[in-house]
Amino acid sequence: MNQSKSTTSRRSFLKSTLLAGGGLMISFSWLSKAGLAGALSEHTLPAEWHGLTGYIKITPDNIIKILNPNPEFGQNVMTSLPMIVAEELEADWKKIIVEMGPHDNIKLGPQFTGGSNSVRMYWKPLREAGAAARQMLLQAAAQTWGVPITELSAKDGLITHTTSGRSATYGSLASKAATLPVPTEVKLKEAKDFQIVRHSQKNVEGEKVVSGKPLFGLDYRQEGMLYAMIQHPPAFGMKLQSFDAAAALQMPGITDVFKLQLYAEDFEQGGFDTRTFNDLLVVVGKTTWEVMNARKKLVVQWAAAGDSKDFIAGRNGKREVIVPGALESTTTQLADMREYARKPSQELRKDGDPETAFKNAAQVIERTYTAPFLAHNCMEPMNFFAHVTSEKALLAGPLQAPGWIEPTLSKLLNLPPEKIEIQMTRMGGGFGRRAYGHYLSEAALISKRINAPVHLVYSREDDMTYGIYRPMYTATYRAALDANKNLIGFHVKGGGIPEHAVHANRFPAGAIDNYLAEGWSIPSNITIGAFRAPRSNFIAAAEQSFLDELAAAMGKDPIDLRLELLKKAKDNPVGKNNEYDADRYAGILKLVKDKSGWGKPENKKYSRGVAAYFCHNSYAAHVVDIVMKNGFPYVERVFSAIDCGIVINPDAATNMVEGAVIDGIGNAFFGRLSHKGGAPVQNNFNNYRIIRHSEAPQKIEVHFIQNDIDPTGLGEPPFPPVFGAVANALFKATNKRYYDQPFYEQIPKPGNTLNIKQKLG
Amino acid sequence: MIKLNINNKDYELDIDPNMPLLWALRDVIGLVGTKYGCGVAQCGACVVHLNGEAVRSCVTKVSRAAGQSVVTIEGLSPNHDHPLQQAWLELDVSQCGYCQAGQIMSAAVLLKENKNPTDRDIELAMEGNICRCGTYLRIRKAIHLAAAIQNKD
Ligand code: FES
Ligand code: FES
Repeated sequence: MNQSKSTTSRRSFLKSTLLAGGGLMISFSWLSKAGLAGALSEHTLPAEWHGLTGYIKITPDNIIKILNPNPEFGQNVMTSLPMIVAEELEADWKKIIVEMGPHDNIKLGPQFTGGSNSVRMYWKPLREAGAAARQMLLQAAAQTWGVPITELSAKDGLITHTTSGRSATYGSLASKAATLPVPTEVKLKEAKDFQIVRHSQKNVEGEKVVSGKPLFGLDYRQEGMLYAMIQHPPAFGMKLQSFDAAAALQMPGITDVFKLQLYAEDFEQGGFDTRTFNDLLVVVGKTTWEVMNARKKLVVQWAAAGDSKDFIAGRNGKREVIVPGALESTTTQLADMREYARKPSQELRKDGDPETAFKNAAQVIERTYTAPFLAHNCMEPMNFFAHVTSEKALLAGPLQAPGWIEPTLSKLLNLPPEKIEIQMTRMGGGFGRRAYGHYLSEAALISKRINAPVHLVYSREDDMTYGIYRPMYTATYRAALDANKNLIGFHVKGGGIPEHAVHANRFPAGAIDNYLAEGWSIPSNITIGAFRAPRSNFIAAAEQSFLDELAAAMGKDPIDLRLELLKKAKDNPVGKNNEYDADRYAGILKLVKDKSGWGKPENKKYSRGVAAYFCHNSYAAHVVDIVMKNGFPYVERVFSAIDCGIVINPDAATNMVEGAVIDGIGNAFFGRLSHKGGAPVQNNFNNYRIIRHSEAPQKIEVHFIQNDIDPTGLGEPPFPPVFGAVANALFKATNKRYYDQPFYEQIPKPGNTLNIKQKLG
Repeated sequence: MIKLNINNKDYELDIDPNMPLLWALRDVIGLVGTKYGCGVAQCGACVVHLNGEAVRSCVTKVSRAAGQSVVTIEGLSPNHDHPLQQAWLELDVSQCGYCQAGQIMSAAVLLKENKNPTDRDIELAMEGNICRCGTYLRIRKAIHLAAAIQNKD
C-alpha cells in the first residue's frame, strides 16, 4: 500500500462528525475561506487543492451516501468521483447512494468543472477521504472485538475477522468510528488492487435521464415562479436606447417589462464576469411562451454603443479595458487579421537562430490557417432560477463554477456570501460556456427587482447570438528545409480576435534547433470564452495540418516524422520549459499506428489522416478514415489513442472520447459563427449546422494507454487533434488541402470535378 | 378550455390554443421530460407522440392535440422498461442527457413501424435529433439492441 501523508494538512483538514442519530460523516474543511477565494481567483490548480473532498456519510442502518462535489455537464463526474471514494472505502458500489453536493467550497473544494480538471483535482483528496474512513471503521472494529487491526479486513462494506469468523457492517461500526481521531496518515490502495476504479460502472443518473425526470436547470420549478427573458441588442457594438412596452404589456400573462442595468459604471469584473450587454430589456410573465410572444410586441430603439470602458480586476489592481465600438463583419475581420499578420508581433519563444536558418534554407514552406468564431450551443440553453429577498438569495441551475460567480453575486446583491445559496443542477452540456455566470447575475437582479422567484430563460436565438464565443483565429506556419530536406528552422506566428492561440512551449518546440513563436491579437466587442480545449482547439488543427504537409515535403511518413522529432525532443531537447513528455506523446502515436493498421494494404480503400496533440495534461492521437459516400467525403472510421493516466470509468471515458471525436468532425466540417454589421449571421440550428446522425462515423475505436500515472484529464484532450486528422484525411480524399475552417463548403461536390482541377491550379 | 389526454391522464387547460404543446407540457402541466432545444423544429429535443406519431411539440399548437392522445417520455412505459430505455441503460448512451428523451421518443416510433431497422433506416428516422455531446454511435447501437429486445419479448 502507498503511505500517503494527508496533503490536506496545509490548508484544510479532514474532519469526522457523529451524525445525528448515530453514524459517521467524513468531510474536509478549509482553514480559511479567504485563502480559498485567493486560490480560486487564479483559476489554476494549486498543489494545495489536493486537500479537498466531498462528504461520506454512513448511517447506522448501513446506508452509505457519497456527495459528488463537482458540477455534472455530461462528463459523468456524478459517477466517476464517487467511484474514487468508494474504491478506497472498500464499499459495495451497487449499494452506494450518490447525491449532488451543495455549493460549499469550504467543505467540498473548488467545485469547478472545466480544464479537464474534475478527476485530476479530486483524485487524491477523494482517495484520502475514502481511505481515512476505512481506517477508522477498521479501528472501531478492532476496539469492539479487542483484536489487532492487522487481523481485520475490509471489503464490500463489511469488516471481517477471519480467525474468529466475526464480521460487521460499516453501518454498525459507524457511530463508534466517528468518535475516533482522524488518521493523519492514510494507506492508499495499489492501483493493481482497484475493484471499482478502472472497471466500467453505469451512469448513476442514467435511469433518471431515460425516464424524463426533472434534472436540468430548465426543469427547476418553484411555487409562484415567473419566467423572464432578456431582449438583447441585435448586434455586438449596439446598446439599448429606448423602448415602448405598451403593446407587450397588453399581452396575456405578462407581468412586467423594464430596463435593468447589470453592472454599475465602475464595477470591477472578475475573470469570469464577462458579459456582452450591460443594459438589459427584461420581459416577465407567467409562461415561457407568453414571454416569447410578448417580446415580439416590444418597440425598441437600439443605438451604436461606441467605444466603452470595462474595469477588470487583477492582481495588481484594476485594469481599464477599452471595448471598441465598431460593428464587425467576417470579411472585415479576415482583412484585419491579414493586416495584423504582416505587422511585428510579440515574441513568445525563440531557440537558436531562426532568422539565419530561414535565410539559408533551400526550401521554405509557408501556410496560413484560419478558423471562425464558434458558439458553444449547449443543448440546454442558458437559464437560471433565482429568488432574491433582502435577506438572502437562492439560485438554482446549470453552471460550471459556483465559486467564481458567488463573489460577483455578493457584490451585485449586497449580500454576504453565506446568504447566497447556489444549487447546481445537471447541465445540458457546458463546453466551457457555463463558466461565465452573467446569466445568474441577470436572474438574481431580475428577481430582486420584481421581488419574486423567477426563471430566466434564454431562447436558442438569445443563446447563440449572445457571444462568449470561441475566438476567431489564424496562424501562419513556416518551415525551413536544407538541400537534403532536413528541417532546420520552424516558425509559428499566430493571431486572433481577440486573442491568439499559440502555445509556444508545446511540441514541436523542443524538437527543432531554430524555432520562433510569435503572437498578436486584435481587440473586439465580440465577447469570448473558454470553449472545449481553449486555444488548443485551433492551434492543434493548424499545426497538425502543417506537419502533414511538412512530412510530405520531406518525403516522410507523417507518423514517422513526428516520432523522429519526439525522439530528438527526448534525447536532446532544445530550449527550456518544454511542456510535454516526449515519451507519452510518442506512446499514443505508436498505439494509434498499431491499432489503426497504419500503412497496411487492407486499409487502402480509406483516405487516412493522422494527428496528435497534447493539452490539459493528457495526450491524444487519432487516425481518421474517409470514404466517399454519395460522392462526398464521409468519416467512416476513427481510431483514437489516449494517454490520460489511470482511467476511472473506462466505458464512460470511451463515450467521452467518441463525443469529442464527433464534436471535432462536426466543427471541422460545419462550425461557424460569422458576423455582418456586428450581428451574428447564425441564430438557430437551421443556419448553424451541427453534426447529425448520418454524418457520425460508423465506428470510433478508442484505446487507452495502460499506465499507473495519476489521472490527467480527458474532457478536452481528444478534441483538438480531430480537426487536423480530418483535414489531412480530406487531402487524401480530394487532393486538396484545407486551411480555412469550416471545410464543408470548400469540398468539391459530386459532379463538380472541374472545380477540383481549378482549385488545384 | 382545451382537453388533452397525456400519458393516459385527462387534462383540461385554460390556455391560449396557439401555445405550443411543448410549453403547455412544461410550464402549465409540469411535465418537464420533454425538452426545449431550438423551438423551430430543428433539434428534436421536444419530440412527443401524438396518436402514435412522432411530432415536434415546439411547433405543434396545443389545439392540434386537443381531444387526442399525447405520450411523453414520462409515459413511454409504466416502469421505464421500454426496450429502448433498457437498451439506453445497457449501453450507457447518455452524456449530458438533455437530448435523450427526444432521441428515445423518435426511436420509439421507428421501432414500432420497423422491427428490424438498418443503420440507414436509423439515420433517416433520427436525422432530426441533434446530440450536441455526440452520442450518435451509442444511439445507433442502442436502437439495434432495443430491436433485439423487442423481438425477443
Ligand atoms: S425544440 Fe422542438 S425541434 Fe428543437
Ligand atoms: S447527451 Fe448531451 S446533447 Fe445528447
